[in-house]
Amino acid sequence: MTSPVSSRISFDLKTAAPFVALVVLIALGAFVHPKFLTFDNLVQNVATRTSFIAIIAIGATFVMTAGGLDLSVGSIAAFVAGVMLIYLKSGGADAGVGMIALAMGLAILVGALCGLANGLITTLGKIEPFIVTLGTMVILRSLFTYLANGGSISISPDLKDIYAPVYSGTLAGIPIPVLAVLLVAIVAAFLLYRTVFGRHVIAVGSNEEVARYSGISVNRVKLWTYVIQGVCVGIAITLYVPRLGSANSATGLFWELQAITAVVIGGTLLKGGTGRIAGTVAGAFLLEIIGNILTLSNVNVYLIGAVQGTIIIIAMLVQRSLMRKS
Amino acid sequence: MTGVSAQVPVLSCQNLTHRYGPVEVLSDISLDFHSAEVHAIIGENGAGKSTLMKILAGHLRPFSGAMRFEGQSIAFQTPHEAEACGIVLVHQEILLAPHLTVAQNIFLGREIRRFISVNDAEMNMQSARVLAELGADIAPGEIVQNLSIAQRQLVQIARALLVPQRLVIFDEPTASLTPTETDALLKLIAKIKVSGVAILYISHRLPEVQRIADRVSVLRDGKLVESRAAEGLEPIDMARMMVGRDMAQLYPAKRAAPHTEAALEAVDFTVPGYAERANFKVRFGEIVGFAGLIGAGRTELFEGVSRLRPSHGAVRLKGSPLSPRSPKDVMDAGLVYLSEDRKGKGLLLTKTLAMNLTLASLEKFQRASVIDQSKEQAALAQAFSDFDIRAKSSNMLAGQLSGGNQQKLLLAKMMLLAPDVVVIDEPTRGVDIGAKQQIYRFIAELAAQGKAVVVISSEMPEIIGLCHRAYVMRSGRIVAEIDQTDMSEEMIVVHATGALKVGMTGAAA
Repeated sequence: MTSPVSSRISFDLKTAAPFVALVVLIALGAFVHPKFLTFDNLVQNVATRTSFIAIIAIGATFVMTAGGLDLSVGSIAAFVAGVMLIYLKSGGADAGVGMIALAMGLAILVGALCGLANGLITTLGKIEPFIVTLGTMVILRSLFTYLANGGSISISPDLKDIYAPVYSGTLAGIPIPVLAVLLVAIVAAFLLYRTVFGRHVIAVGSNEEVARYSGISVNRVKLWTYVIQGVCVGIAITLYVPRLGSANSATGLFWELQAITAVVIGGTLLKGGTGRIAGTVAGAFLLEIIGNILTLSNVNVYLIGAVQGTIIIIAMLVQRSLMRKS
Repeated sequence: MTGVSAQVPVLSCQNLTHRYGPVEVLSDISLDFHSAEVHAIIGENGAGKSTLMKILAGHLRPFSGAMRFEGQSIAFQTPHEAEACGIVLVHQEILLAPHLTVAQNIFLGREIRRFISVNDAEMNMQSARVLAELGADIAPGEIVQNLSIAQRQLVQIARALLVPQRLVIFDEPTASLTPTETDALLKLIAKIKVSGVAILYISHRLPEVQRIADRVSVLRDGKLVESRAAEGLEPIDMARMMVGRDMAQLYPAKRAAPHTEAALEAVDFTVPGYAERANFKVRFGEIVGFAGLIGAGRTELFEGVSRLRPSHGAVRLKGSPLSPRSPKDVMDAGLVYLSEDRKGKGLLLTKTLAMNLTLASLEKFQRASVIDQSKEQAALAQAFSDFDIRAKSSNMLAGQLSGGNQQKLLLAKMMLLAPDVVVIDEPTRGVDIGAKQQIYRFIAELAAQGKAVVVISSEMPEIIGLCHRAYVMRSGRIVAEIDQTDMSEEMIVVHATGALKVGMTGAAA
């Protein structure tokens, strides 16, 4: 019996919260260091580095909106990078643009298959996604370590130079990874807010039983969210590999935590039923900006994690108090 | 009863007013609650009963107005402060920890201790005593999860009655109870009343109110329209006071039973654990009731037919065998099932009305998988007028609608599928009497359009007032088929309980 007027206002406040926080942080950053508010720093540096997590977090938005969880994204990322690099190496000295294109396709395919595995085990096995993806997280991390023989996998400097512009290049002055995030976000938002599938994702996360009694195939919807997550990880890796031309044991480490944090800061509910694509992108950007401001203000680099964690918790407390008002 | 009004009331409120935003939900309510008196508050959904109740029990602070407890001015900040005064609210919803035992739930938060460990034996013993007083056959050591909804409701009541109270507020306590359990509860209420407790009783079941109430107060649109002694008040009078108009025609006039062919026919249909070898048929244009006690397997039978549960046996829909693989196949074939659990299985409470309306039939609102939102809004406007859904704004969330409007929305949602067979489970549970009348009219109209309608209901007058024919289920079996001419409450009760005589306690609960 809450009146519709007041609930609509606080609803908007909730949606806007991550963007308000973003604006506040940018203003703070500009105050802290003159270099912060420059195109070079904010776009070339921070936004570009945010791109992997942002794209993965967009995928995670689907999984979490449907009420699921994927802890394996960091390991999928490492595994996909490993497979991609080994494929590129197999081309030897002849490898060129064509092979890179194929490798990018392969990355997305392998990512999708990993997501498919997560989805099938969760839905057909009727096992909590927390447990399933904890398992696949360990499995895929181990497979990557095996592929890399305990070390790292790299491609030749020549091939890396051909591939590098995908990460470092720009189009109309905007870094390609930033454009990729925008493109993925637009497609994702369209999928989630405008299509029948997106509507089903929201319904399943909101109340699985209602979805089932409405004739929606709950398992199929869930399965697809994990596949989308895998595809997003694959896309992120096609941008990650050209950055260094290699992958090692640090590849994808803690990405699942960063992705989940970005999604939740963005306003998507952990229990499902509400998904915010733009909020997720803002959330990912927020995390990176905090680190950037701390670096610029010469905070001890070892303490950055502690400050980031504190700010995340404060952000969630603020969000929670906004929700309680509705 | 003489002298009651001369005493200081246990609790009294003066000029209570409450508003949510700009909407005034309670205005200027002044009432006294006396010890040893059952005070019934009746009114349609949305009349302000629950708001009043929440204020009295300390769950909500009033916008303005005053309260007195035994003559002393008081303002409860939390439910705990009200409880400390001996004022307790027995919620309509089940608020129990499903994995704990009955006794552990009854004593939750006030466990009896022996040194530092909990004294389970003592708690079990005391729980058994309270449950026995309630006439409930429930073992204190049973895990709550294994209990039926009705049994859980009784545990909740037992929890409230464990310690002596000054004022007990019952919010529709019998909504999910069987006749036997209801009877035991009403007797118990009469008993605790005699011990000097003030009772506030809220119910839609007017015959119950007539049976136990000493005083009846009527709320309409947040205002107190009547407060008088219950003596000589008939249910029909109460209904008239609630709605503010005559309620002579609750049920629409019945059309003659059609002699068309069967739209839905089941042969030896079994839902393992719930319904066994059911045989029934429903004709086009016919309204068929499924009567029985809660837990008789009626809901599960039709969830089985709808493939929402594992089931086997033959079903013929419109003359051809139905062999669906998913609930969607059943819907596509022309059969829809409207769950009794509107809030849990029917509607997405935190989503908009439009999203709820089109959820089951999104294919009709898409082009190349993209949803046509203007078409959705048009459908919502159409549903508003077709089903008289009363919403303050089309941006409201489904959970903000009253029970009656939720049911109308659910009806509108499933009718978008253009079904031939409509199964409605407990069509008027939690629905106020004005909306009830409308829903009955919609059901009659569906049949008049030639659709086959199944009404599953625990309200016998509903089955009798609405249906051409009725099946009675007991313990998972269809035990009787009753024609319109033979239909009576006695007839249904006899079959539903397996009792030879009315009044004998039912063997099947």
